Amino acid sequence: MLEIKNLSKTFNPGTINEKLALDNLSLTLNDGDFVTVIGGNGAGKSTMLNAIAGVWKPDCGSILLDGTDVTPLPEYKRAKFLGRVFQDPMMGTAADMEIQENLALAKRRGSRRGLHWGISRQEKQEYQEMLAQLELGLESRLTSKVGLLSGGQRQAVTLLMAAMNSPKLLLLDEHTAALDPKTAAKVLEITDRIVTKGRLTTLMITHNMQDAIRHGNRLIMMSEGHIVVDVRGEEKEKLTVPDLLQLFANASGREMNSDRAILG
Amino acid sequence: MGLLGAMPGAIAQGLVWGIMAIGVYITYKILDIADLTVDGSLCTGAAVCAMMAVSGVNIWICILCALLAGMLAGLVTGLFHTVLGIPAILSGILTQLMLWSVNLKIMGKANQVLPARNVAVLLTQLSNGRAVLFLVIALGVIIGILYWFFGTEIGCSLRATGCNLNMSRAQGINTGLNKVLGLMISNGLVALSGALLAQYQGFADVNMGRGAIVIGLAAVIIGEALFSFVARNFAVRLMSVALGSVIYFMVYQTVIFLGLDTDLLKMLSALVVAVFLGTPYLKANYFSAPRKKEEKDHA
Repeated sequence: MLEIKNLSKTFNPGTINEKLALDNLSLTLNDGDFVTVIGGNGAGKSTMLNAIAGVWKPDCGSILLDGTDVTPLPEYKRAKFLGRVFQDPMMGTAADMEIQENLALAKRRGSRRGLHWGISRQEKQEYQEMLAQLELGLESRLTSKVGLLSGGQRQAVTLLMAAMNSPKLLLLDEHTAALDPKTAAKVLEITDRIVTKGRLTTLMITHNMQDAIRHGNRLIMMSEGHIVVDVRGEEKEKLTVPDLLQLFANASGREMNSDRAILG
Repeated sequence: MGLLGAMPGAIAQGLVWGIMAIGVYITYKILDIADLTVDGSLCTGAAVCAMMAVSGVNIWICILCALLAGMLAGLVTGLFHTVLGIPAILSGILTQLMLWSVNLKIMGKANQVLPARNVAVLLTQLSNGRAVLFLVIALGVIIGILYWFFGTEIGCSLRATGCNLNMSRAQGINTGLNKVLGLMISNGLVALSGALLAQYQGFADVNMGRGAIVIGLAAVIIGEALFSFVARNFAVRLMSVALGSVIYFMVYQTVIFLGLDTDLLKMLSALVVAVFLGTPYLKANYFSAPRKKEEKDHA
């Protein structure tokens, strides 16, 4: 499904702010993998997701999706294969546009946009049903501007958009980090449902070790721009937070540097 | 001539500039770009139309060519911005400066008379009544076309581009292309407005676009301030921008009638726009309750 080969990226090369963000990173995901990604601040988690999404070009290495090399494709062309949800609830939706318009934009991801009407009557029906499944009361607010929704509601709508047309890969970049604990739990529950229903291959960054253990079938831990721990299946089921901290210390030779990760 | 006698002229002028203001609305409100190209492209439209008309070309073809010339100007700004990565506002200034030379070359001199008696034009100052009727119909057609366009898939993706670049790219929208497209549509409308203005006032002048962006912004702001409570619908919003332009020129005419020094009019316009543009910031920073502090006190 996804194959990352020897990917490296240095930000601000040659300046005092030089930072090796990805260091010869390699990762292969199988079809249907739901992988949780953890790691300290600056470990390269978001950088890895941005590299896959094509926000910038890597210095070297390649990214393959279903055998196709997507490394030279610009961000908007790769979007065809990807569904993305960001940490900032403001980032994933167009605030000044209606809920149904946002969904219709996502529906056309990857297909040619022409001079047909931007949203069909049949779609509206479809969206109403999708929104009803979120159980957030949004099904009666199709024509509300997304800017009027709460952060949790926006993330739920963004999830629906990201999962539309069954993307080859779903990228979730700490998408519950900006929400209060109760809303975060609700959004995670919706995430689980959407991923399972669509059998979506997923990469989910989280700062919460409990969540990382509880969700998905595989867990990777990053440090200094590459993967230091990769556990899956039964081994992952049995993990505990102290186990993870120990694994991290063994792999990286130092303590976990993020209080958020431990306490969150 | 009394104030009332001057009003039909003010209304006609306001309607011509209303087309220009709709162009500004597309860049400023929909694409979230302050495009200064318009100061040049207004005159480009007027110059192209005037030169072609005096050489005997059918006036509709003249107007079409003016529209295309404006779109070309928008294309240049768009390419400066998206291909060369120059900030949008600077791209507009660069094109505007280029257009100064281009406009002079088109006309071969600083201004070109378009005598309504010898040239078949669509509207002139001589018959304000007919001009108003023609312009209202023209605005109706333009607003209709724009309403349709911004409802299509491409139009929706253009609105999304102006609203949220990150989201747009994540949804597979080519944001660079959309920005260029929006700038082309906007400047096409501005040049169209220039072409009609040249016919209405009977000449094209290399200085006619100076400060056009401010008039356009003023119209957008007035329209929004007066009609925002009814203007949820996109077509109604575009109409309110055109009405904003009409009101601007009616006030303008009144101020002249009251005997204000006409040299001061541009300063007055700019100050009014500055006040309106600054109001949201002032409200947010100086006149809002200090909520954050209160929350801390209670915590």
